[in-house]
Amino acid sequence: MRYLPLSDPDRSEMLRVIGAGSIDDLFRDVPEEARLKGPIEGLPMHASEMAVERHMSTLSRKNMVAGDVPFFLGCGAYRHHVPASVDHIIQRGEFLTSYTPYQPEIAQGTLQMLFEFQTQVARLFGCEVANASMYDGSTAMWEAIVMSHRISRRNKTIISSGVHPHYVSVARTMAKFTEDVLETGLPDLTAETDAERLIASIDGETSAVVVQYPDILGRIADLTAIAEAAHAAGALLIAVVTEPVALGAIRSPGEMGADIVVGEGQSIGVGLQFGGPYVGLFACREKHVRQMPGRLAGETVDAEGKRGFVLTLSTREQHIRREKATSNICTSSVLCALAFTAHLTLLGEKGLRQLASLNHARACEAAERLAAITGVELLNTSFFNEFTLKLPVEARPAVHAMVGKGVLGGVSLGRLYPGIDALQNGLVVAVTETASDEDIAALETALKELVQ
Amino acid sequence: MTVNPSGWRPSAPANEQGEAQTVTGNRALMLEEPLLFEIGSTEQTGVDFAEMPRAATRLGGLERSRQIGLAGLSEPEAVRHYTRLSRQNYAIDLGLFPLGSCTMKHNPRLNEKVARLPGFADVHPLQPQETVQGALQVINELAFWLLDLTGMYGVAMSPKAGAHGELCGLLCIRAALEARGDKREVVLVPESAHGTNPATAAFAGYRVENIPANPAGRVDLEALKARLGPDVAAVMITNPNTCGLFEPDMKAISDAVHTAGGFVYCDGANFNAIVGKVRPGDLGIDAMHINLHKTFSTPHGGGGPGSGPVVLSEALAPFGPLPFAAKYPDGSFKLVEEEHAADEHPNAFGRMVAFHGQMGMFTRALAYILSHGADGLKQVAEDSVLNANYVLRSLEDVLEAPFGQSGPCMHEAIFSDKGFEGGVSTIDLAKALIDEGFHPMTMYFPLVVHGAMLIEPTETESKASLDQFIMAVRSIAERAKAGDQSLKAAPVHAPRRRLDETLAARKPVLTYREPEPAQAAE
Repeated sequence: MRYLPLSDPDRSEMLRVIGAGSIDDLFRDVPEEARLKGPIEGLPMHASEMAVERHMSTLSRKNMVAGDVPFFLGCGAYRHHVPASVDHIIQRGEFLTSYTPYQPEIAQGTLQMLFEFQTQVARLFGCEVANASMYDGSTAMWEAIVMSHRISRRNKTIISSGVHPHYVSVARTMAKFTEDVLETGLPDLTAETDAERLIASIDGETSAVVVQYPDILGRIADLTAIAEAAHAAGALLIAVVTEPVALGAIRSPGEMGADIVVGEGQSIGVGLQFGGPYVGLFACREKHVRQMPGRLAGETVDAEGKRGFVLTLSTREQHIRREKATSNICTSSVLCALAFTAHLTLLGEKGLRQLASLNHARACEAAERLAAITGVELLNTSFFNEFTLKLPVEARPAVHAMVGKGVLGGVSLGRLYPGIDALQNGLVVAVTETASDEDIAALETALKELVQ
Repeated sequence: MTVNPSGWRPSAPANEQGEAQTVTGNRALMLEEPLLFEIGSTEQTGVDFAEMPRAATRLGGLERSRQIGLAGLSEPEAVRHYTRLSRQNYAIDLGLFPLGSCTMKHNPRLNEKVARLPGFADVHPLQPQETVQGALQVINELAFWLLDLTGMYGVAMSPKAGAHGELCGLLCIRAALEARGDKREVVLVPESAHGTNPATAAFAGYRVENIPANPAGRVDLEALKARLGPDVAAVMITNPNTCGLFEPDMKAISDAVHTAGGFVYCDGANFNAIVGKVRPGDLGIDAMHINLHKTFSTPHGGGGPGSGPVVLSEALAPFGPLPFAAKYPDGSFKLVEEEHAADEHPNAFGRMVAFHGQMGMFTRALAYILSHGADGLKQVAEDSVLNANYVLRSLEDVLEAPFGQSGPCMHEAIFSDKGFEGGVSTIDLAKALIDEGFHPMTMYFPLVVHGAMLIEPTETESKASLDQFIMAVRSIAERAKAGDQSLKAAPVHAPRRRLDETLAARKPVLTYREPEPAQAAE
């Protein structure tokens, strides 16, 4: 077996050193009746690299590849061009096959990279500090809710109806098992967000208000008034960003007063990968850092006075604090954080702004053309690279019909909010720099044929 | 600009070892690398864009006006920056990485290749299901093999890592208890458990109580039985445990917990020792997470991403989370989400993540399982246990092995610092191993052994590699027992000497701040 270096003579010699008669002697603590007598049933025997690759290739070909067709899906995962050097960097064995940097003297590469990642995330979100990553955006949002609970010592959280419904589902799941009370609702198909309703529902019991920016329908609203209302009531504002490229074009949530900003980092450096692995982003105010979940890289010096980096403030974490930890998280998403930071370094401020402008311009162009189709209405007055169309027909069957025409035409609100009649005609369309003129024309043609 | 922007200057002609200093701070192949923000600029970029189309903005009046402060690098600078950083890391590709309980084994490159096939890497999680049948088949096939290897009834694939899997398992237990109207508040956790176990139980709303170990390093069955009662929701057991020992009473523990109306959660972090040899389902376990990034060799990546599917017993399977991939008699696959839950999975406790789990890890793990097959996986367990016992018996005359007398270990061997003199401790031995070219073992864990050193060589080490490691540990152990004070200065050959962790925690510097102009003009 190509992955196992021991030879049979090695094994015999090692058993002799150990003083065991056979390998089974080493398993003698396992009760006889629980030990399998031979190779487990059901699984085939070992296979060559070629055979395994052939099987996996066959499975992969059963999927429609986003890059092969006109593609307009978003809603929490975005298709951007990732420079070839990013994948080269994350495949360096010293990054790919290293462990959590517990031995800082021989892990400065990962630690410095994480320190740079934290700085980039904090600056992008307009916050003072950021951690070294979470699993994904949805779990980061739940962690922000319970972190607010610890800070405010209140347990009621108001979640905007513009937050991704799957993120809300995750929070609902977790809240069933904690003391947290969640107030949330369904979005209205209007150009305005629910900012006013959120402000009206804040009271002295409120721990935090959660808003998504841009929201699930692509709308962008100023968060300043919500932040002020939350702070006046002693509550925190949590902002959720599922498309961080947007922050190359629009103001950061931190600038507008958000206390905790969390997000999904997938759209920078990490591919679509059918939903994972992704990378959760988590940033907040410096004064709350001891309530943060997850790992933190910090600067220090070594015994010779040289600058170096270590994992720090670990007294928040499970391996030190056990049941009193701020979170149970251990493994996070460091390799995806590396992809994120490498891509963002290649972009730089200049490149990120260009990328954001290009996305917005493509989306504006597509929105204009699609809204000109008779019967199709553009919901948004504001958007970045994603907007919602109101179709004269149900959007979910329309999406399937477009697949028949070789177009992945968007995410229907029927998929995200099944059974909600008022939302059935909504289609969320994301247009990134990867959409060509021909792609947009193909979507336009496909939609026209469907609604006429 | 300064020659060495990392802030360190050679202040003496030679360091303690008498090595000549260099002007740059570099030492041949060991290259110092400044921070991104010290070498990049907001005007530099490594990405070219086509001509910008002109368009009116529809950003709702929220155009960014302030600078973000993101330094950029051209492609050659960026590739060099990260390559130089990478060379300051130890990695399994470089040598033995014997972190106990972490299972640092070789990561086959075939698995990287298949995960990057466009049909897996370039597929959106919300694509219509008829366009992702291959992806759903991968999830379903992997789930099938995980069930085969564990002898369990159902599997939740969506948890993102081991601790997330623990949470999933406890939420299943809680949902099952609530479904029968049973309010239980306590989860029992052995003293030797991973920190995630008590943290997860608390995160899921339970009160945590410790259960003691017996002198042989196993769960004290009588003490456990005495504590069981109507308030105990679950017992969390790691098997093989964190001392590297199999719990021979596992079935009796399960039976006692079930009789008392509770459930048995097994931390599957150490499944590598028994994969293909023992099925946890035969031991009465109700839920167990599997770290695909340990047993099934998806790369650790410097701290993730992981993946933590949870196998479930018949009693718990109905409560597993949404969504999941189901296979239909016509050969098609369906992702069962909230809208079909009422028909197909009415007792599901809900969604744990936005999408469907770590697809990129599933493809790698499936390729790993198919490559090894039934015979190869059995050999994995056997060789990992053989390698650990070889290390145990080759070191027990120089390091105290607290459970060495009670028989063979499983996939990891544990030692204590007993006999070290002159204030030399476990950390000093570990840091001296760095100088010898090895990653240290897990230190000071589990807490039940004084100055614990937990060594997990894994099955992907050759005998020659083990022999060199054994020679290095033996030599350092002799020095530790002789009270050799020079060990306290180790490492001396690494990119950095020991780092001041107290300073880092007392005055946290977590992001880069540009120096004041006066200093920058130095």
